Amino acid sequence: MADPIIRMVDIEKHFGSVIALAGVTLEVFSGECHCLLGDNGAGKSTFIKTMSGVHKPTAGEIFFEGKIMNFVNPRDAINAGIATVYQDLAMIPLMSVSRNFFMGNEPLKRIAGISFFDHQFANRVTMEEMRKMGINLRGPDQAVGTLSGGERQTVAISRAVYFGAKVLILDEPTSALGVRQTANVLATIDKVRKQGIAVVFITHNVRHAMAVGDRFTVLNRGKTLGTAERGKITPEELQDLMAGGQEMVELEGSLGGTV
Amino acid sequence: MSTTAQAQTPADERVKEISAFRKALIRPELGGICGTIIVFAFFLLFAHDSGMFNSQGVINWSVVSAQFTIIAVGACLLMIAGEFDLSVGSMIGFAGMMIAIFSATMDWPVWLAIITTFALCISLGALNGFIVIRTGLPSFIVTLAFLFILRGFTIYFPQLIERKTIIGGIKDISANDWLAPVFGGKILTGFFQWLGEIGAIATFERGNLAGKPVVDGIPMLIVWAIALVIFGHVLLTKTRFGNWIFASGGDAQAARYVGVPVNRVKILMFMFTAFCATVFATCQVMEFGSAGADRGLLKEFEAIIAVVIGGALLTGGYGSVIGAALGALIFGVVQQGLFFAGVESSLFRVFLGVLLLMAVILNTYIRRMITGER
Repeated sequence: MADPIIRMVDIEKHFGSVIALAGVTLEVFSGECHCLLGDNGAGKSTFIKTMSGVHKPTAGEIFFEGKIMNFVNPRDAINAGIATVYQDLAMIPLMSVSRNFFMGNEPLKRIAGISFFDHQFANRVTMEEMRKMGINLRGPDQAVGTLSGGERQTVAISRAVYFGAKVLILDEPTSALGVRQTANVLATIDKVRKQGIAVVFITHNVRHAMAVGDRFTVLNRGKTLGTAERGKITPEELQDLMAGGQEMVELEGSLGGTV
Repeated sequence: MSTTAQAQTPADERVKEISAFRKALIRPELGGICGTIIVFAFFLLFAHDSGMFNSQGVINWSVVSAQFTIIAVGACLLMIAGEFDLSVGSMIGFAGMMIAIFSATMDWPVWLAIITTFALCISLGALNGFIVIRTGLPSFIVTLAFLFILRGFTIYFPQLIERKTIIGGIKDISANDWLAPVFGGKILTGFFQWLGEIGAIATFERGNLAGKPVVDGIPMLIVWAIALVIFGHVLLTKTRFGNWIFASGGDAQAARYVGVPVNRVKILMFMFTAFCATVFATCQVMEFGSAGADRGLLKEFEAIIAVVIGGALLTGGYGSVIGAALGALIFGVVQQGLFFAGVESSLFRVFLGVLLLMAVILNTYIRRMITGER
């Protein structure tokens, strides 16, 4: 296997007296979907925020394409090619799809020495990219607010891909979605992976992870419990690891194995 | 959201075709357009023979509308960027008073007084924005404080220096100034002279102005209003910065995540609002030849009303400069039109309130259709 595109080594993050991450090591390869699983409070969010430059790690090193990286702010990570799609902060509902798509990266054309927003180009690209992802827009000026939650995630993902993301971090993209929308988002993840982009997929839903994941890392109480490859672990084992063992076994007994 | 999703069949079937007519109809300015049509229809019916629609009458309500427009453009862009400025009215009074103090009391050349005042007021706008960004307080509160602070100084300074609250005599000293006509002058005077000569518009029959047309040019106030509307509209809809204005007001955090300099955008919009207020004040001082401590009272609310009639969302992220200009036009036409129609002037407020309510209800409905808000 080739070198990992991103390698996080012994990442620690302390917030005051609270140890959120106590030495997490993770490798992500291009073209794989790496699922990061964990219960609430396991440190998933802190970990990806470290990866995307929001937090500086207290200890540990981040290697990106073999080089050591020090991200000062999210902009550094974005410029390096690490894009993050946050669950509820992906899009601005009042703005049109094409304005959202190019937000922060507006295409410009110069007329008489003044730079104008190139709406024609933006609209054309937006329509093309949306069609690739299987979203039929009424028009590029349609407001994002009229799209469903899954479609919004898809727009955010295709935006990140279009602007050259090499690593795509998805923060619980499916947790607020219905069945069909979840399927659409998972299909999108699959398409993105096949383009050779590394996907880090954060979720606490084992079934969603099993559907697209190539490798699975479980976080529990700020530590990794190891990385497993697809086919070498069962959903039940993953579920157990996430919950930290015993209690889940007892719970599952009383619920008849439905969790 | 998840319940609707489960009922969802393939996406194509859910995308309804919208007729071109309907598409043209649903736009943020619709409320403003309807209001404008209603207002003009109303006054054409009830005041058509009152002189409201002859040349003098048109200039009369155009000037009033232009005043509203100038401050509405600033308020509109700021509101779309997600902030308010309640200190606009006090800023108008303050700016006017500063020009008067610098030029009439301190004997500075008028152009220097104007430029210094612009610099001072724009920095005060920046200070407003800086405090809002730094403290994270609602701009409503911060600018409310400046409403009182600036008004207080506007009354205090002239009393301290000249022992009165109105400073006059600016007409004489600005007569030969090069910058003053940019705010207080008129354009197309030759054209109006010609119109008067060929009889297209009325001329004075008696007095020392005999033979002169009753309207001798377009006041610079109107030129400023039109220029600001064009500038604001192009900035908002056709530039990268315009997209940032929408993004900052729509969801500041989401905008920050994709690299939009939200703080810079907001502070610049506070500065632009202050600029607009200063333009208003300068035009007023150059026209009247004096500055009064009570100038600009309640203007902040009139600006906000014009913007809201024009379809902007009070919480930011949505709106239109053209709409705000139409809101200002409605404002001016109603205020002056009721006078022409011989209606008791206190009814102006009733009419305006009803109009505001109707426009806002219509706008809310349109916005929900466009943006899918629920």
